[in-house]
Amino acid sequence: MSIQSEDVLKIAHLARLGVDEGEVSSYASELSNIMGLIEQMQEVETTGIEPMAHPLDQAQRLRPDEATEVNQRQSLQANAPDVEDGLFLVPRVLD
Amino acid sequence: MAIQWETVIGLEIHAQLSTKSKIFSGASTAYGAEPNTQACAVDLGLPGTLPVLNQQAVRYAVKFGLAIGAHIAPYSIFSRKNYFYPDLPKGYQISQFDKPIVGLGEIDIDVDGQVKTIGVTRAHLEEDAGKSLHEDFHGKTGVDLNRAGTPLLEIVSEPDMRSAADAVAYVKKLHSLVQYLGVCDGNMQEGSFRCDVNISMRPMGQEEFGTRAEIKNLNSFRFIEKAIAHEVERQVDILESGGKIVQETRLYDSDKDETRSMRSKEEANDYRYFPDPDLLPVVISEQLLNEMRDELPELPGAKKQRFKEQYDLSEYDAELLTAQRELADYYEVAVSYAAGEAKLIANWVMGELSAGLNQHNLDIANSPVNAEQLGGLIKNIADQTISGKIAKVVFEKLWNSEATADEIIEQDGLKQISDTGALEKIIDQLMLDNEDQVAQFRAGKTKVLGFFVGSIMKQTQGKANPQQVNQLLQKKLKD
Repeated sequence: MSIQSEDVLKIAHLARLGVDEGEVSSYASELSNIMGLIEQMQEVETTGIEPMAHPLDQAQRLRPDEATEVNQRQSLQANAPDVEDGLFLVPRVLD
Repeated sequence: MAIQWETVIGLEIHAQLSTKSKIFSGASTAYGAEPNTQACAVDLGLPGTLPVLNQQAVRYAVKFGLAIGAHIAPYSIFSRKNYFYPDLPKGYQISQFDKPIVGLGEIDIDVDGQVKTIGVTRAHLEEDAGKSLHEDFHGKTGVDLNRAGTPLLEIVSEPDMRSAADAVAYVKKLHSLVQYLGVCDGNMQEGSFRCDVNISMRPMGQEEFGTRAEIKNLNSFRFIEKAIAHEVERQVDILESGGKIVQETRLYDSDKDETRSMRSKEEANDYRYFPDPDLLPVVISEQLLNEMRDELPELPGAKKQRFKEQYDLSEYDAELLTAQRELADYYEVAVSYAAGEAKLIANWVMGELSAGLNQHNLDIANSPVNAEQLGGLIKNIADQTISGKIAKVVFEKLWNSEATADEIIEQDGLKQISDTGALEKIIDQLMLDNEDQVAQFRAGKTKVLGFFVGSIMKQTQGKANPQQVNQLLQKKLKD
């Protein structure tokens, strides 16, 4: 499967990444190479092998249900560009 | 001939799980805190943080699955659902995609006496997003992330419902069930239980589904019903004028009673799900399954059946009394204090008590009159210590008091006067004082009996036994 320039632009937009016009075609060919590698891996015979969801063959550990975090709003908001009344302010979102 | 349309409805319900802490962090989930005081580094998606799954959220999901007879996945995984919005700081929501924790199950609903089985496709665990406040903050949007990371169970139904009534019955059934199980508080105003409705129309008899529209975030039974009615009308209008339904997300505006299209976000449905590398697969052991099976309470359907048999209640009464677990518990405690006056208790619980609670906007959990007090009151009616009329007076007093019914009746001297001698004395005096009325009665104007009964009740402050007063009066006036 080969990745076209419009695919690169679409993926970049979905990921909110800015891509220079001049770099689009080189990204397309690099991503196509990766897809080629995946196609190669797809050819391996995997019938009867349970797919893994994670490279670590372990089960998720669970945490007891306790509220352990204290209010750290002040320090957590220290880096925010704009806050008011305890809210983070962001550029206006049009719904 | 006009085409007959069939409505096809499927529902997605988001039930907020009643955990103390969030699904992937130790921040509190308590409702109503100051903005961002319950949003920790994990909830804010700060670099270097990792999610750790809350055990209770898993247990609650399993419990729900068992209650609807669903397959519980021994192995389920979390995936990332990617989209950008300011109240989703990581840029993705941790959810479940192809291996949800709860698989196919079912729920029986009762619509107009007809039982229907609605399939539940799946239920999966996910985290909630924060809240965006669009009021004007100098042209900016405010973001409160307290809700971010709150555990949700998303319950997805099969497209098995055919009317608004079906849908409402299904939602009510689930709403009651999650509260019975104690996995969700069911508070719809606070958004703990909300509903998305998928609706499509097809000509009656056609197998294939029509194009559907989704109505988001309905948070009351009435809105669900009205939004469906409105959407059905809109779609039929479009189809009958030769148009096509666009697959889209719509919002219900309860003020205007209409649905309108949400500005369709570009590429909105391209969520690019993939397994979250920060979380390992969740393994549900046989031991956990057994523990959860043991913890399952008596479920609403079984309780209703038992109430009908054990307390000899009608279908209607049993349905109302078991709709809420707290109400059912209240009822049973009250009956135990009222020497088995099951029917009378049912009448009082659904009558005086419910009316009082509604009027004061209270629910049964914080009823000012507890079950023991109400049971004690009914016992006094049953053994004729007080009349039904006086009982209402005692009930009023119980509302504002910690005392028992016995204590109030004793203190205020409200015991019914059933002493024949005492009543006769009152009647004799009354007849002497009102010779005119006595003569009228004897002349055939029996309506004046009301005057005598009224006077006696007034003199005894309503405490005279009414049947006895009637009997004695009839006898004496006719002498």
